Amino acid sequence: MSITYLEAIREAQAKLLRVDERVFIYGQDVGGTFGGAFKATKGLAKEFPGRVLNTPISEDAIVGTAIGAAIQGMRPIVEMQFADFSSIALNQILNNAGTHYWRTNVPVPITIRLPSGGTKGSGPFHSQSMESIYAHYPGLIVMTPATVEDAYTMLIEAVAIDDPVIYCEHKYLYYHLKADKLPEKGLPTGRARIAREGRDLTIVSYSAMMQESLAAAEELAREGFEAEVVDLRTVKPLDADTVLASVARTGRLLCAGESFPWGGATAEVIARVTSQGFHLLDAAPQRLNAKDTPIPYHPNLWSAHRPNAQNIAAKARALLRE
Amino acid sequence: MLLTRTLEEKLVSLYRGGLITGGVYIGKGQEAVSVACGLFLQQGDIFAPLIRDQAGRSAFGEPLIDVTRTYLGSRLGPMRGRDGNIHRGHPRKNELAMISHLGAMISVTVGTLMAKRFKGEKNFVGLACIGEGGMQTGSLHEGMNIAAVEQVPLVVVATNNHYAYSTPNDREFACHDLVDRAIGYGFEGYSLDGTDLGTCLDVIGGAVKRARAGRPPQLVVASVLRLSGHGEHDDASYVTEEIKRQPFARDCLKVAEQTIIDLNLVDAETLAEWRKKAAAQVDEAIAAAQKEPAPEGDKEDWCALSTRDLVDSFE
Repeated sequence: MSITYLEAIREAQAKLLRVDERVFIYGQDVGGTFGGAFKATKGLAKEFPGRVLNTPISEDAIVGTAIGAAIQGMRPIVEMQFADFSSIALNQILNNAGTHYWRTNVPVPITIRLPSGGTKGSGPFHSQSMESIYAHYPGLIVMTPATVEDAYTMLIEAVAIDDPVIYCEHKYLYYHLKADKLPEKGLPTGRARIAREGRDLTIVSYSAMMQESLAAAEELAREGFEAEVVDLRTVKPLDADTVLASVARTGRLLCAGESFPWGGATAEVIARVTSQGFHLLDAAPQRLNAKDTPIPYHPNLWSAHRPNAQNIAAKARALLRE
Repeated sequence: MLLTRTLEEKLVSLYRGGLITGGVYIGKGQEAVSVACGLFLQQGDIFAPLIRDQAGRSAFGEPLIDVTRTYLGSRLGPMRGRDGNIHRGHPRKNELAMISHLGAMISVTVGTLMAKRFKGEKNFVGLACIGEGGMQTGSLHEGMNIAAVEQVPLVVVATNNHYAYSTPNDREFACHDLVDRAIGYGFEGYSLDGTDLGTCLDVIGGAVKRARAGRPPQLVVASVLRLSGHGEHDDASYVTEEIKRQPFARDCLKVAEQTIIDLNLVDAETLAEWRKKAAAQVDEAIAAAQKEPAPEGDKEDWCALSTRDLVDSFE
């Protein structure tokens, strides 16, 4: 048997609906026989009548409604049709959900699924990676699963957490990534994972870029370099300890992320390592992000816009020469 | 109404005396509408007040000490110094804590009502307050629409106080009457003279009753004049003399007091007694809050998550 990243997300939601009557799914086109733009909720409306609900195209109100339901004890899962459209709901997410516990002492257990990242031909408004924006604001947890197993266990964990969780699922991984079976349990939330061991440099990444980093590490291995790949799993909280421990072994750090270059998750990793582990570094830490332009439509432009195995490997080679 | 007016006048004088940090936002002229919003709600109902709803909050059951603690920055208040003035709330007691971004609380109220329906509760309603300023936000529009789609028992009370901060109605909207929007949203709509307490009680009470009985969501649009600045930092010099002469510019409290005297429901002496009692209650709540400790930066629990082991460390 083989199960995809997308199927893992659907299976996690089916399990959540089955075991927890507080769970419902709210979003555009998630219900009926359609089951979502990417089919992440396919069949669930039929299996769980009244609990997988289509909404109007109203991202602000979708999240506002989920917040209200969560305050009253439910565990809503919101599906944004594309991460990009969550910009319409920023106010509810940042100012309402993100501030609520701090202000009132009442937590808001909502999970917002963001189909994130680029695929060929999707263009500026269906390709964005929003994790750095959400991580910047207080009161939110930001998950960025890079494997089928994590896609499953982290979504289940997200719904169990009493605080708002932004769950960034990568559209490129939906069909590309497969596993033999789904695990019962994953690593604790907030813990990074060594996805590949190595002694020559540390590549820190998450989501689809973690898979590109692994491919880059394979390429480097053929040339005799052993890259250690750290999968952050959640960008907030950021497991700086695991990263620092890896850098202590390798002395070199490269971070790869798909969001835009100004600030963000990769910059945060480098800031933590340089301020807490400057003495561990044998060379200036480096990072790779998407270009500082909107995300292009044409496949030729798109594949040059975001980091990939080849340019991660190239950046790593340059860093290894330092 | 009287208690609210007394309380807010006192808050204003504390603000002018430099004893309140941040803003003071009062509901002078809107107490009749607001009190009617709180009065018909029962145990289990949801209330989403806005910035000029002290009367509604008190009628819903908010103790005066919550108000004075929040304004005076007591660590023991519901917001513990983390948020101030009118942003306070008790979500666990069904009084939602508004954010400043107008219109955002409509869909939140919808969500609380959906949760109650999911849980099998019966006979509940939600009431959310808004102004004509907030009615021009996208968030409000999304919230009203989704309320009707979900057919939740919601009453939205929109008080048109004729100014969004300093901007008059003619730069706020161009429709003939805001209540006409009700049909477009799938609400039932009613208008009322917000300066007349009796009308407020009838119309808002009726809307709450209809929502509770399963009618579509209800929109009530009340017409008043804001008899203060936007906040107490604002002298409201932009309010025209002409608008102050309009019928909706009457002071609802004076109208209500005159009405109950004219109807021989109370005499002037009793009214004076009520005023004295209200002043004593307010003084007591202020004195109590003033004695309480303020929050301290080095002792604060700087943690925005309830899941403590998931707090990021920047040390």
